[in-house]
Amino acid sequence: MFLFRILTRTSGFPERFWFRHAQTHKDPPWFDHHYFQLIYLQKTTKIHAKNWDAGHNLKSHKMETEILARIQFAFTIAFHYIYPPLSIGLGLIMVFMEGMYLKTGNKQYEVLTRFWLKIFAITFGIGVATGIIMEFEFGTNWAVYSRYVGDIFGSALAAEGLFAFGLESAFLGILLFGWNRVSTKVHFISTIGVFLGSMFSAVWIVVANSWQQTPAGYHIVGEGFNARAEVTDFWAMVFNPSSVDRIIHVWQGALLAGAFLVLSVHAYYLLNGRYVEISKKAFKIALGIATIFSLTQLLSGHSSADGVAVNQPAKLAAMEGHYEVSAPADLYLFGWVNNQTQEVTGLKLPGGLSFLVHQDFKEPITGLNAFPKDERPGQVNAVFQFYHIMISIGMFLIALTLYASFLWWRGNLFEKKWLLKIFAFSVLLPQIANQAGWFAAEMGRQPWIVYGHLRTSEGFSQEVSSNQILFSLIMFFIVYTILFLLFLYSVNKKIKQGPYDETKAPNEFLKFV
Amino acid sequence: METILGLDYPTLWYLVVGLLFSGYAILEGFDYGAGAWHLFFKKDLSRRIAINAIGPLWDANQVWLIIGGGALFAGFPVMYATLLSSMYIPFMLFLMLLVLRSSAIKFRSAEEMIWWRKTWDIIYFASNTLISFLLGVVLANVLQGLEIGENYSYKGGMFFSFLNPYAIMVGLTSLSLFMTQGAIFLLLKTEGRLYARLTFLLKKSMIFFLVSFAATSLYTLVFLAGVTDKFREFPVFFVIPVLAFLAVANIPRLVSKKKYVYALIFSSLTMAFLLMLVAFQLYPVLLPSKISPEYSVTIYNAASSQKSLGIMLTIVAIGSPLLAGYFLFLYRTFHGKVKLDDTSY
Repeated sequence: MFLFRILTRTSGFPERFWFRHAQTHKDPPWFDHHYFQLIYLQKTTKIHAKNWDAGHNLKSHKMETEILARIQFAFTIAFHYIYPPLSIGLGLIMVFMEGMYLKTGNKQYEVLTRFWLKIFAITFGIGVATGIIMEFEFGTNWAVYSRYVGDIFGSALAAEGLFAFGLESAFLGILLFGWNRVSTKVHFISTIGVFLGSMFSAVWIVVANSWQQTPAGYHIVGEGFNARAEVTDFWAMVFNPSSVDRIIHVWQGALLAGAFLVLSVHAYYLLNGRYVEISKKAFKIALGIATIFSLTQLLSGHSSADGVAVNQPAKLAAMEGHYEVSAPADLYLFGWVNNQTQEVTGLKLPGGLSFLVHQDFKEPITGLNAFPKDERPGQVNAVFQFYHIMISIGMFLIALTLYASFLWWRGNLFEKKWLLKIFAFSVLLPQIANQAGWFAAEMGRQPWIVYGHLRTSEGFSQEVSSNQILFSLIMFFIVYTILFLLFLYSVNKKIKQGPYDETKAPNEFLKFV
Repeated sequence: METILGLDYPTLWYLVVGLLFSGYAILEGFDYGAGAWHLFFKKDLSRRIAINAIGPLWDANQVWLIIGGGALFAGFPVMYATLLSSMYIPFMLFLMLLVLRSSAIKFRSAEEMIWWRKTWDIIYFASNTLISFLLGVVLANVLQGLEIGENYSYKGGMFFSFLNPYAIMVGLTSLSLFMTQGAIFLLLKTEGRLYARLTFLLKKSMIFFLVSFAATSLYTLVFLAGVTDKFREFPVFFVIPVLAFLAVANIPRLVSKKKYVYALIFSSLTMAFLLMLVAFQLYPVLLPSKISPEYSVTIYNAASSQKSLGIMLTIVAIGSPLLAGYFLFLYRTFHGKVKLDDTSY
């Protein structure tokens, strides 16, 4: 239906054209009468409304602009966030692989490094390209917000560019094209440089976002339109109450995303009996990383949630669908929240949330009803679901990696075909968890864009019309779809080709191994 | 207001932002310029060499845009927000072209099919040309001013009002200057027949540049009200346009002597001087309002707090030597003619 909406908006024909079309011709099966009748009704009522209340139309227009701006931001940031975690995660894996090569002199590790470098190049490239859009989208679509937070947010972005991005991009050239131009050691240093740069990037971006969640080290200057936040204490701003927890959480999520990509690809090779020797080596490196960080991710997640309980109680309540003003809160394994009746149906551990936060099943937790309706998240069920998707995947990854590590210790890891089959598809899981976690965090912050200070409905660019945003949104949608297909195609091709040509000279390669 | 060397913090930050955007124009100037020549090379091998000439460098050069944008956001959030939201469609096109351009570099040589490479070649050429042109359009509109009303609200048109005759002239000038810069850079990176062809193309682009530069300068002097006032006030600064003209005049001289390294330096200096001219002309205004001067965005009403600017000047003081170090190392590693190997695009 969305597609039709775009068509009717952009084709230049008024909706009535489509409406009439539907009446005079035999309708194709995909034609939805009710939808067009609805548009027709809306149109006429709007004109009617305009006649007696000019303000009504303006208000609905503003709401449309806000919703489109939010859809565009969500779409572009979610798409962007597919790639940087992979780059960070693959960065660490490549540091390990190249380090092993330098240490042992085993050519197999060099082959692995070069292979993963090819895939890293693609993810990094798309990550940078889509990241630049994010940097400027604050200004284009969130002008009021940009003026409000520029003093704070800007310095984090500037620091990111200068300290992190400069490092990674300068060394990227050497990493990708420098094999024949610099010594192996310098190349290894470049690999570390790119990895550290991408880690620092994450730090500054998460600092900026954390400040939006839990503002600190600032004061508000001016009033009304000219109000803005100014830094009073830089380090308090950087180390605001949630930033450290969230940086670690984001780092580990990214490292898991990279590790599971490597696990998936090499599990696929092992299942097909290709590149068995090197795949076992790579699989073990990635499994080690994945096991450690899926366990520590649980700890950092817990610590992060404790922070949310103190700093953003409305968000915590939304995450577990907890409405009562002050009562022990349950912990759901899964469930469905009805925001109207304020009921949650699902499997729960009574008082579980109270226990996790206060180590006591009876301790009350502030519920959603303690906040006025316009100061708490509206999409409670969405926050609940995203949060629980993240948690469930996290738990599953812990079980998976622990079991695999146990088998590794027993020495029969690569004999379990069914386990390798799960690993072959496991790449999707940390990706979904990362996305879901961010959606829970951002939707749980609503209706605020800066928690407690600026509303999302006040933050967008007032002078940009909904048609302009629709234009850019369609443009992004088309280009990003193509980009995503290209990404899948080229990564798939690289995986199919493999680290080296097995058919041509299997013995030749093994000779110098 | 605190000062360093007699300059207050907003002025210093104005210089920092100016420096960053000059760096962006100079470094990405030859990247975009090299791309704008892409379809002028007929053979697939020539095109691959041209892409690989900027291959290891363009990602690092692009950092200047990212830092420049960050610096504008950090130091002058009002300017950042007002400019980007006013010129919404041009900036969205610019960003989309950047994405297309980087995808073209990444994916062009990944397949051997002729249709694949041809499509990417066209996308690459078109995106580079349009980016170079759009940057000039944005600059011209900033110089002319926008319809900024009360509370920095934009009252003007969506897209076509930005493409006024002056903007098109400045756009062509920036395109031709980037093409000149790109051709000189490629001359340093290539040999053989491609080199010979580039010497021929460089002459064409210099003529293109000189014509559009002369026309734009004339138009500026005649039609843009008050551009000369500043120089009457501070005659010392007349040295900037003089230096700019000398730098422009020096490029053909050095090219005819085949001193391409110096030619590249002087075409870079041309960009720097021209941007300095714009910066001096505008100062202390960042974005003039066409409606009333009191609505203009200036470095004082747009600036972040003293405290924040102080922090960021410290960040720049620490960060820029590091960045200079990375760049020196990178450019030293990849100096000399392009040699294709298995890691090339």
